[in-house]
Amino acid sequence: MAQSLVKKIGVSLEINGEQRQVEIRPADTLLYVLRNYLGLTGAKPGCLNGDCGACSVIVNEKVYKSCIMLAVEAVESKVTSIEGLSDSPIQKAFVEHFAFQCGYCTPGFIMNTHAMLLHEPHPTYETIKEWLSSNICRCTSYQEIEDAVFSVIGRDK
Amino acid sequence: MIGKGIPRKESLDKVTGYAKYTADYETPDMLHAGLVISPHAHAIIKQIDISGAVKMPGVRAVVKGENLPLTGEELSDRPPIAYDRVRFHGEVIAIVVADTPYLAERGAAMVKVQYELLPVVNSPSEALRQDAPLLHPNLGEYKKIQMVYPVPGTNIATLTKIRKGNMKKGWDESKVVVEEKFAFRPSDHAAMETRCSFAQIHPNGTIEITSSSQAPFLIKRLIGQYFNIPPGYIRVNTPLVGGAYGGKSSTQLEILAYLASKAVGGRLVKILNTREQDMLTSPGHIGLEAIVKIGSTNDGNLKVAELLYFWDGGAYSDKSIDLSRAGAVDCTGPYNIENIWCDSLCMYTNHPYAAPFRGFAHSEVLFAFERTMDVLAKKLNMDPLELRYKNAILPGHTNPTQVRLTSSTVGNLPKCIKKLKEIFNWEEGQLIELDDERVRAKGISCIWKNSTIDPDASSGVILSYNTDGSINLISGVIEIGTGTKTVLAQILAEKLKMDINDIHVQMEVDTLNTPEHWKTVASRGTFMAGRAVLAAAEDVIHQLKSLASFILRTRVDDLEVGYGKVYVKSDSKKYIPIKDIAYGYSFPNGNAIGGQIIGRGHYMFSGITYLDKETGAGNPGPEWAVGAQGVEVELNRRDYTYRIVRAVSVIDAGKVLNEKMAVGQVMGAMSMGLSFAGRETFRFDSKGIVLNPQLRTYRPIRFGEHPIYEVAFVETPVKDAPYGARGLGEQGLLGMPAALGNSLSAALTVNINYLPLIPELLWKVKEGG
Ligand code: FES
Ligand code: FES
Repeated sequence: MAQSLVKKIGVSLEINGEQRQVEIRPADTLLYVLRNYLGLTGAKPGCLNGDCGACSVIVNEKVYKSCIMLAVEAVESKVTSIEGLSDSPIQKAFVEHFAFQCGYCTPGFIMNTHAMLLHEPHPTYETIKEWLSSNICRCTSYQEIEDAVFSVIGRDK
Repeated sequence: MIGKGIPRKESLDKVTGYAKYTADYETPDMLHAGLVISPHAHAIIKQIDISGAVKMPGVRAVVKGENLPLTGEELSDRPPIAYDRVRFHGEVIAIVVADTPYLAERGAAMVKVQYELLPVVNSPSEALRQDAPLLHPNLGEYKKIQMVYPVPGTNIATLTKIRKGNMKKGWDESKVVVEEKFAFRPSDHAAMETRCSFAQIHPNGTIEITSSSQAPFLIKRLIGQYFNIPPGYIRVNTPLVGGAYGGKSSTQLEILAYLASKAVGGRLVKILNTREQDMLTSPGHIGLEAIVKIGSTNDGNLKVAELLYFWDGGAYSDKSIDLSRAGAVDCTGPYNIENIWCDSLCMYTNHPYAAPFRGFAHSEVLFAFERTMDVLAKKLNMDPLELRYKNAILPGHTNPTQVRLTSSTVGNLPKCIKKLKEIFNWEEGQLIELDDERVRAKGISCIWKNSTIDPDASSGVILSYNTDGSINLISGVIEIGTGTKTVLAQILAEKLKMDINDIHVQMEVDTLNTPEHWKTVASRGTFMAGRAVLAAAEDVIHQLKSLASFILRTRVDDLEVGYGKVYVKSDSKKYIPIKDIAYGYSFPNGNAIGGQIIGRGHYMFSGITYLDKETGAGNPGPEWAVGAQGVEVELNRRDYTYRIVRAVSVIDAGKVLNEKMAVGQVMGAMSMGLSFAGRETFRFDSKGIVLNPQLRTYRPIRFGEHPIYEVAFVETPVKDAPYGARGLGEQGLLGMPAALGNSLSAALTVNINYLPLIPELLWKVKEGG
């Protein structure tokens, strides 16, 4: 029985602009495949239940919680993880505004904010709240994250 | 350099996903462990059937708990794996080791356990009852260390007493007396990184453990102690840690990882807590029941305090003994009270057991005490801020453990109160009616905290030069997000007058090559490791000068080190670049002397003592950090919903070393305090089962629910600390529960003495619902 449980299939995923071939279990989550098969550990496990946002990645320009998405669902999509993001203004803003301490929630917050800005370059505070309330940060007061986000949008709250 | 807002050194790694935490390390040869945990809070284990799990392909071993030593930091009462009895929901019963996390989880589900249920102790007051079931019938036989006083035949794991002054005199002098009761349940740290450990045993017997921990050196010590292994044979690594808040200073998962590895011939085994296990199985945040009685003269001079604290330490006493002791040491608010009587009891209950939580028992005690101060102020018809100002503890006063305070040890509380009054617009009034439903209300709290630390806790630092004159800084402090390692680099840069970018900080800790830092707790990292950095810098300076003195043909004491050079004080044009001597000096003919310059330094507090068993008298720690805080809410009196509008902290920081990071530390702590006070608790059913062990139902503050935070500092230096800085990592949290409780109590003109402060509770208290 157990043997059939670990039966694997080969899939091809486009991650951070590269085609990657992986042998996975059909039941593997995207988060598990990124971290455990591909060594992309920027997306973090926090709850594996869709509650914390630490695992957020961008799939076809939409932000997803990769812990509750199967990897097979991402076949033929463009997946961007934090490793695929460099020099994005939001990364710099997070550093400048001290918008993290331990940094564990940071990849998730950055991916989420980045995705928001792809859709809404000039979001209202309500919109920002709606997007970012899906992630939890236990270290900062969120005020720092708010400051970082507003600095990128180029205006005050 | 000192005071500047330098971004943390590991910043770039953290925004690019390159920062590595324990769970991010994985190798193909690694096995994975799944835990079998108890679904009951109190039960006899009749049978554990592992046959199904053992037969599963891919399962390599199943570990049970027989014949293991008892563990516990101060009192050995905890089997690492339960085998005859479970005492809390979530307790580990077996570990299944398998090829993949998935198979380990499947294997764990195949283990069948038969229980016989026992009656449950569901709160400290239940634990105290004459007829309460005993969690530890063998309490009298457990091994313990100094200052632990269990009461065999009861559920009291330890009793700490404070006896100061003359209670009779105190009550006689008191014209106004108030007494209040308080209670809240255990809760959780909910660090975003769930705990993770992996272990292997090398062929020569060396045990190597990697763990998300605040205390790798403690893991090394305790594993050695529990399993009788010489310290040199244990090596513990700690990469970056994804939030800790005290919760990762207990040794728990590491023991399981070690046992799992041992069961598979020393192979590498990883255990990664699920969120549910992290909340239930690994230790959480202590609960409390309290009775506070205080008396004052008619004009508000505090004369006496009588305090009873019953801590909900859970099923095992691990760190809650120390927590209950810390709660006794600072059993009042920061006030001058001559007569104090306190019994602080660490109680066993059938709840998940406790780890330290940011503030180490202080926010909990202050919630009870500072709420009572407001009740007293009301009875006296006095401004609550005025009452606090009038009684503020000052140099020359004594604390509950009878230490006479100085400006260095206690800072300047009156100044903090004054500043709060200003920033918080206290003058505009505590209550402002907005319309017939909504009201704005302010609540305040004063805070103080000493850190009860081991009298012999030490911290060491090693500095080594690179050939370009840059320096590597190695300290045992863990980077848990507080930025301490960056502050250490600032301290060093200031001391050696060099560019902070030329200081390379080792972020990870490996106990094999990193000098010990006791534990990264109690906001002591900067003080202890900072002093060690200064000592190591002195060592380096001495070596550089002696080498340079004969190259420059000058006396050692005429030399100065700075700006990448050793130069002659009176003639700075005469110098030698440090890079030319950092690895020794070569003469033109090829002769060479010296070698790589390596500096070392260490620091240990002096003068800390054990506390007297009968009176609690003794010096518990190096200094008290004080402050004053306020919270403003907007409440709807019709439906009891409220919004936290503003939260303010004024803290005596001694000296601010990195402004931006200091403000961030305080704001983060305030947020955690408001979250604890306003939202967080374990919900237990009548059988002691935790109903909400996940982040969907245990719900911390989220983005958009945060108030405006304001932080201000007062600077009264501590004599022995680097540049006079006081601990800062916890202070922001301490008064938040009390200040929030005081604001809501004011808004509703009723006493709200329970946590968390959710609308349903407010409604119940106000309307007796
Ligand atoms: S790990 Fe995916 S939402 Fe928490
Ligand atoms: S920075 Fe630690 S959880 Fe957000």
